[in-house]
This record gives sequence, structure tokens and C-alpha cells, in this order.
Amino acid sequence: MAYSDKVLDHYNNPRNVGSFDKKDPSVGTGLVGAPECGDVMKLQIKVNPATGIIEDAKFKTFGCGSAIASSSLATEMLKGRTVDEALAIKNTEIVNELSLPPVKIHCSVLAEDAIKAAISDYKQKTQTAAPQSQTA
Amino acid sequence: MLKFPIYLDNHATTPMDPRVLEAMMPYFTESFGNAASRNHSFGWVAEEGVEKARKQVADLIGATAKEIVFTSGATESNNLAIKGVAEMYAQKGNHIITAATEHKAVLDTCKRLEKHGARVTYLPVQPNGLIDLELLKEAITDKTILVSIMYGNNEIGTVQDIPAIARICKERGVLFHTDATQAVGKIPVNVIADNVDLLSLSAHKMYGPKGVGALYVRRKNPRVQLTAQMDGGGHERGMRSGTLNVPGIVGLGKAAELAARSLTEEMAQHAALRDRLKQKLEAELDEVYINGTMERRLPHNLNMSFAYVEGESLLMGINDIAVSSGSACTSATLEPSYVLKALGAGDDLAHSSIRFGVGRFTTEEEIDYTAAKVIDVVKKLRELSPLYEMVKEGVDLTKVEWSAH
Repeated sequence: MAYSDKVLDHYNNPRNVGSFDKKDPSVGTGLVGAPECGDVMKLQIKVNPATGIIEDAKFKTFGCGSAIASSSLATEMLKGRTVDEALAIKNTEIVNELSLPPVKIHCSVLAEDAIKAAISDYKQKTQTAAPQSQTA
Repeated sequence: MLKFPIYLDNHATTPMDPRVLEAMMPYFTESFGNAASRNHSFGWVAEEGVEKARKQVADLIGATAKEIVFTSGATESNNLAIKGVAEMYAQKGNHIITAATEHKAVLDTCKRLEKHGARVTYLPVQPNGLIDLELLKEAITDKTILVSIMYGNNEIGTVQDIPAIARICKERGVLFHTDATQAVGKIPVNVIADNVDLLSLSAHKMYGPKGVGALYVRRKNPRVQLTAQMDGGGHERGMRSGTLNVPGIVGLGKAAELAARSLTEEMAQHAALRDRLKQKLEAELDEVYINGTMERRLPHNLNMSFAYVEGESLLMGINDIAVSSGSACTSATLEPSYVLKALGAGDDLAHSSIRFGVGRFTTEEEIDYTAAKVIDVVKKLRELSPLYEMVKEGVDLTKVEWSAH
């Protein structure tokens, strides 16, 4: 299979590889996919609680080159957006940017799922954190 | 000097040996005759070339020349053997036994026969890749007409206990076919010692040309009969009609002769290179797993899973080395290797597997380059792998609730 230059670039120089502390309240973690399916993405966002802006994002991916590129690109797209803006990211943007062929569209879907899972984790944390601060 | 890309996919096909090409050349041009032409020298010369090749192939596997039927390759040989027996012995029974790890040319042939009323038992394999002989014994019924079990596996290189399987078949009066495509020319194969009734082989897996192969059909104890699957001029003792591919057959013969001559030496050479690669990878990388037993294995095969690294992404990183992966992402069907799944190792390890196949022209320098490159890329990809990170943190991946997609 021939890869697009952008997929190759993200594969060879993946952006924002790494991990944040999962327990940090400003961090949202999304873990999607399954080893048996050959794709697992972990995507994390670090949100400024005052502004709601995603200040940093990191990923680690087990998967094919297109899955790595999709999640690498996703971390780039996330930075600087508010949480709500990030929720609007669609997999088709990733498909277009990376010129993914039809058989690799599921990689972009997984990246979108990872974004949503990370945001949902963050939101859950802030909601559960709020009542705790009241009782304290 | 290394020449790129490095070819380590010798199970898929092998480069043609220049000596084979040399033997074939005259049969394209000056000796172009039809081997079936009986009344002029063009035909005689072509026939002579074919008969010499028939002897060369027979000698390689301990057969007699009359027991060799030339075909277009091992896929056709497998089709002819299985369908030919099913049709010829339909009065006797309709049950065929094969194994889950066979090549598609055997499995899909059996599936087609099932549609036409045959009953097929697909034996499972043990985690080491070998069939359980007790299960084979239990599977044989009075309706069983054929057992088809491959010699050496094309993915994991495991070598079945062919003489033992043949003995069981003999005792029960069942014909035994083996797809020996990966084994012939690589390890000693002898139809007398192994006691097989039908055997498929291919030229391009042993440094011969593509598009030509043969089926060995036993003529004595028992005399095996086949219903032809190709109708026409009655070539090849009526078992396979069609004008003979004379240059291809001559090439197959030459390839067989060369293989017979250097078999012992090449086995040692292949095993040394394969083991060198294995040792280097195992020395530098943790959590690598060999798929299939090392005890009974083709000397040129190494099939390894690099846990927590997906196969296609690994291939992408080692793109100056030609190998294959059991990963779904490299297959047209988006399914991981059914052979590795049959070992029961889990789909995740199937997705992480690479098949290395060394060959006649592989050098030590190429092996060293490959080992270094694979080690480098696996380490890089593990840095990227959430699974590797989780395992290092002490997470049991089997206990995680994954969101299957």
C-alpha cells in the first residue's frame, strides 16, 4: 500500500508522543480500540481550568501507520481549542488532511472516538471534583 | 555491499537461479516445439526436455518419472489432488480430513467440495502448530477417502510429522495428500520414506519459474487414480490436459536438480542465518514470541511476534526489507492471519507478527542489517505504544475492558 506523504511524515516524526498523569484533574484521558482489533489509541488533553482551552495534548498508539498518523494529527488539532470546539472535530477532517484511503477510514474514526473519550473523561472529572470542593 | 531492498520473503516466492534461466532459454526460441508433436524433431526435442525434467523432479522426491504430473503450480496441484480424488472415489465415501492451518488452495478447495455434498473435517492444531495425531485417528471414518495435511507451513514453517500421518492413513486405507510446496527443495522429502500418495510442489518456491508445478501421484501400493479436472487433449496420462509449458517445466527440472545437489549444505546455511537473526532479536528485545515450534521447522523460516507493536506499522518502519506480516492491516480481508489464530495465541499477537524467510542468496550482512533495523523500529514503536506502557505499569491487558470497534 502506498502511503501519503503526510502519513509518512507523522509516522516518521510523530507529534506529541507521551503521557500526562492520569490523576491530574486538568487532564482528560481517552483509551479506545482493542488489541485484538490491531488498534489502540490513548489520547490525553490538558485543559486550563480557567479558560477551558486545551493547552497541551499527548498520544500513544498501537496500530498501523495510518492510526499513528491520525492520532498524531489529532493532538495537533486539539491544541489551542476550547473543549467544546474540540468536540466538533470530525473524522472527515483527518481523512482529508492525511488523504486516507477507504480501508483506513476506521483509523480516523478511532481518533475521533479518542478525542471524545478524552473530553468526556475530563468533564466527568470536573463534575465530580466540584461537589467535593464544596464539602471541603 | 548491501543492495536494497533486502529480500527476506522467500516463502512468498524465490528469485530464479540464473542457472535455471539458462536451462530454460533455448526452449523459448530454437527448441519451441510442442511436446505432444510426435512426427517431427521440434516435438521430440521439446519432449526430451520435458522428460528430463520429469526425471529431475522425481529424483528430488524419491519418485519415479511416471508418477509426476506437471501443472501450473501448487494451487492447481492441490485442486487436482483433492477434487480428483473426491470425484474418483465418490463411490467409496465423501469425507475428507484436513487442518485449519492449510493453505487457502487446500481449504477453499475443500469448501467448494462441501458445497457439492462432501463432508470435511478441519483438524485444529496444537499451540506448537502441529496436528494431534490422536485427533486424526478419531476423525477417520469408513466414509473417509482422503487426508490432506501440508508438509511445511507457509507462515510459521512448522513441519508436520508426515511419516506418522501417512502410517495412520495406510492403516485405515485412506489416501494421503500433502501440500509440500514450502518443503520440497528445502528439507529432505521422499515419497517412499514418507509414504505419501499425492504430493504438491511448485517451481517458484525453489528458485524456479512461476506458473509451473507438479503433482506426484503414486502408481504402486496403492495405484492412485484421479478424475481429471481439465478436459482436453489427454496430456499427462490423461490427468491434466493442456499443451505443456515446456520452458517452465525445464526450469522446474533444473531447479529440482540444483536443490537436490545442495540440499544438505543449504539447510545448514539457512538455519545458521535464521538462528543468527533470531538470537540478535531475542538478545535486544523483550516480549518477542516465536510462532510455532522451533523443534520441527523449516530451516529458513522465522515467524516472530513483537508484542505491543502492530505489524503493519513495523513493516512501514523497515520498508527497505521485504518481509510479510500476519497483521490484518496488511491483508486484503482486514482479518489477521488465520494460521496464527489457529495456534490460539490471540489476535493481538497475530497483529504483531512478522515472517522472515531466508533464501539461497541471503547474506550474513543482510541478516545483521535486518536485525539492527527491526530492533531499532520495534523500540521506537514501543515508545509509541500505549499497550507497552500499560504493561510496564503493571496493567494486565486481558483484564482491561476494551471498546471493540
